Amino acid sequence: MSNKKWKEIPIGGLILEPGNSVKYKTGGWRVFRPVHDPTKCSNCLICWIYCPDSSIIVKNGKIEKFDYDHCKGCGICARECPPKIKAIKMVKEE
Amino acid sequence: MRQAMTGNEAVAYAMKQINPEVVAAYPITPQTGIMQKFADYVANGQVDTEFLTMDSEHSAMSATIGASAAGVRAMTATSSNGLAYMWEIVYIAASYRLPIVMPVVNRALSGPINIHCDHSDTMGCRDSGWIQIFSENSQEAYDNAVQALRIAEHPDVMLPVMITLDGFIISHALETLSTYEDDKVKKFIGNYIPKHPLINPSQPVTYGPLDFFDYYFEHKRQQAEGMVNAKKVIQEVGRAFEKEFNRSYGLFEEYRMADAELALIVLGSTAGTAKAVVDMVREKGYKIGLIKIRCFRPFPEEELAEALKRIKVLAVMDRSLGFNGVGGPLFNDVRAALFGRNAEIKVVNYVYGLGGREITPNDIWNICNNIRDINLTGKVQSSVNYVGVRE
Amino acid sequence: MASLKELSAREEIVAPGHRLCPGCGAAIVSRMVTKAAKNPLVVACATGCLEVSTTIYPYTSWKSSFLHVAFENSAASLSGTEAAYRALKKKGKIKEDIRFISFGGDGGTYDIGFQSLSGALERGHRMLVICYDNGAYMNTGIQRSSATPRGADTTTSPAGKEAYGKKEYPKDLTACVVAHDIPYAAQASPSHWNDLMKKVEKALEVDGPSFINVLSPCPLGWRYPGEESIELARLAVETGFWQLYEVENGVYKMNYNPKERKPIREWLEKQGRFRHLFTPANEHILQELQEYVDKKWDRLLKLCSITEEANKTK
Repeated sequence: MSNKKWKEIPIGGLILEPGNSVKYKTGGWRVFRPVHDPTKCSNCLICWIYCPDSSIIVKNGKIEKFDYDHCKGCGICARECPPKIKAIKMVKEE
Repeated sequence: MRQAMTGNEAVAYAMKQINPEVVAAYPITPQTGIMQKFADYVANGQVDTEFLTMDSEHSAMSATIGASAAGVRAMTATSSNGLAYMWEIVYIAASYRLPIVMPVVNRALSGPINIHCDHSDTMGCRDSGWIQIFSENSQEAYDNAVQALRIAEHPDVMLPVMITLDGFIISHALETLSTYEDDKVKKFIGNYIPKHPLINPSQPVTYGPLDFFDYYFEHKRQQAEGMVNAKKVIQEVGRAFEKEFNRSYGLFEEYRMADAELALIVLGSTAGTAKAVVDMVREKGYKIGLIKIRCFRPFPEEELAEALKRIKVLAVMDRSLGFNGVGGPLFNDVRAALFGRNAEIKVVNYVYGLGGREITPNDIWNICNNIRDINLTGKVQSSVNYVGVRE
Repeated sequence: MASLKELSAREEIVAPGHRLCPGCGAAIVSRMVTKAAKNPLVVACATGCLEVSTTIYPYTSWKSSFLHVAFENSAASLSGTEAAYRALKKKGKIKEDIRFISFGGDGGTYDIGFQSLSGALERGHRMLVICYDNGAYMNTGIQRSSATPRGADTTTSPAGKEAYGKKEYPKDLTACVVAHDIPYAAQASPSHWNDLMKKVEKALEVDGPSFINVLSPCPLGWRYPGEESIELARLAVETGFWQLYEVENGVYKMNYNPKERKPIREWLEKQGRFRHLFTPANEHILQELQEYVDKKWDRLLKLCSITEEANKTK
């Protein structure tokens, strides 16, 4: 986004586009990447509820994918995945 | 309609006619009378207002911001330390471009604590981004309250407005004034249609983000423009007001200035006394006039310099001290306005009336004599003078 | 309470792309809280990590309306917004039923925002105040607050040769709030998401002020790896450091009461801010902290039985 001039932006510092932070990618912060194994996953969605970055995408109650544009690689999902399932592995980014 | 009211009651009466959706109140002398009277209007169902009795002035200004950002008309009122306590939030109200109107009943700032009139409270936040309009008497306080919303809400302005009245001198003195019919006031003010209200689920908006070096400056530049535009809008609203209610208001009032060589500049209630003194001094043959500043922010620099172009000696009367070592705030602004525009003029500061100290016609008479002497001798003994203090 | 599957179908109110730390507790808490709401929201937020990281101009993570004014006045500012809403409702100018939530950290709620919180609760605004309590001024660099646990090493209560960290026990803010006799107050933890979200649902249904104090682990300030945030929140509950309870119309109810609590050491030893306590010289502090937790636990149990009894005899 190129920076706009003073006459081109709304007055008062207002942001009129709700949720536009989605355009700001935080995926580059990642050191470890969560890798999801759908064959092991029971879709309990525990990882989804604990994700600080809304980066686990669920469709119709099933994990569809991880949003690597925003996932910061904190590893909570892998840690909280139930011990008997362990469907998420943290893998070092290349 | 002619009614006898105190200044506080006159302002409360204007607030009743404005009928804001939200009023947030916190008591402080000498402002309290406004909110007490308004509370009566609420209690008797004469307004539709949600009346919030807050835990502090700081919270009162915060709630007023919350309501104004929500998309409704919101008001509060204060004095002195109350204004100082809300100062952080006063600045934010202007930065968020919220058209809040706040009567300020002028009172000396602590310390030592003092409840009486001077202008140090308003002057303390003179560059906070609020428009500041001074009143000479109850009539003007009422008229200014009626005009303030139209100024604040003008799309080219979108800045909060402080209307000031001198503590006790105006706020507690009973005067007869003309009030206007509710319908006419309502029509004059018009409806407020907020552009980006918080309360609008179909179009959510974020107020008050973290604004870094990449955009903060742009937002401040916009704000500066709003203040510049206000000068034109204040005059437009003044003309519309005159058309409707037969009373004329501009950026300042000129009194017997047409042929004047000497002049006084004053703010607020002192103008009444000073005009009477000007009349008396005129009888002695002095060519003297007076300018009463109504709109202190934005400061009417160009217009003032034009009005003063024939003046040889000018007495600037400050009812507050700026502790900058070079006189009061009005004095400094007036001098800045004249710089490069009128090199011949001699400008002298008279600081008076601090903490409610009385200013008498005799005091003003002496000021007039003083500037006449300066005109005759060409010599200024002292550019900053204290009137009424025991030497 | 909706299942996770049902919740996952609801819109995310806090969009990604915010700049909170990896593993931040406040990010999880704000997501859970807003997800539990069924109505459109207006959110206010005190200055702090959550506010500065979710609204860096020209970006906002908020899909609801959002208001930040300053550090100390989130509840006061939202009071005005809620009053404006009532005025608009009265005039028939707004059809939707909107809910109001104020977020603040412990600095903005326990300390500098305490007066504005108290005022808002006393005036009875229909709003939910959420304190995300991470136990220090994390946004300015981990200075001690009145919520900081005794013994914690912070930048203004550092452990040193003569000091074991913060000397004072934390202020019991939830108790202060309960003293306002508001209809609903509770403590919650993101580890117990179901409990937390149920509490938010309840609070938002109350016709008056409500308050939830939510423990919010902070990897940076507590000094632990970000992946352990939920684990640390859970341990705080299981050791009894953070009690899960609610107070509905004056009646206390414990929401987590195991037969055996884990020793407080198990929570403390996982955090760098308490590392200095595990030395012979500071061993007594560990003992005192355990006694403190036990005492608070017994007190809560008594409050539950007394208030339940008092409610029956009404």
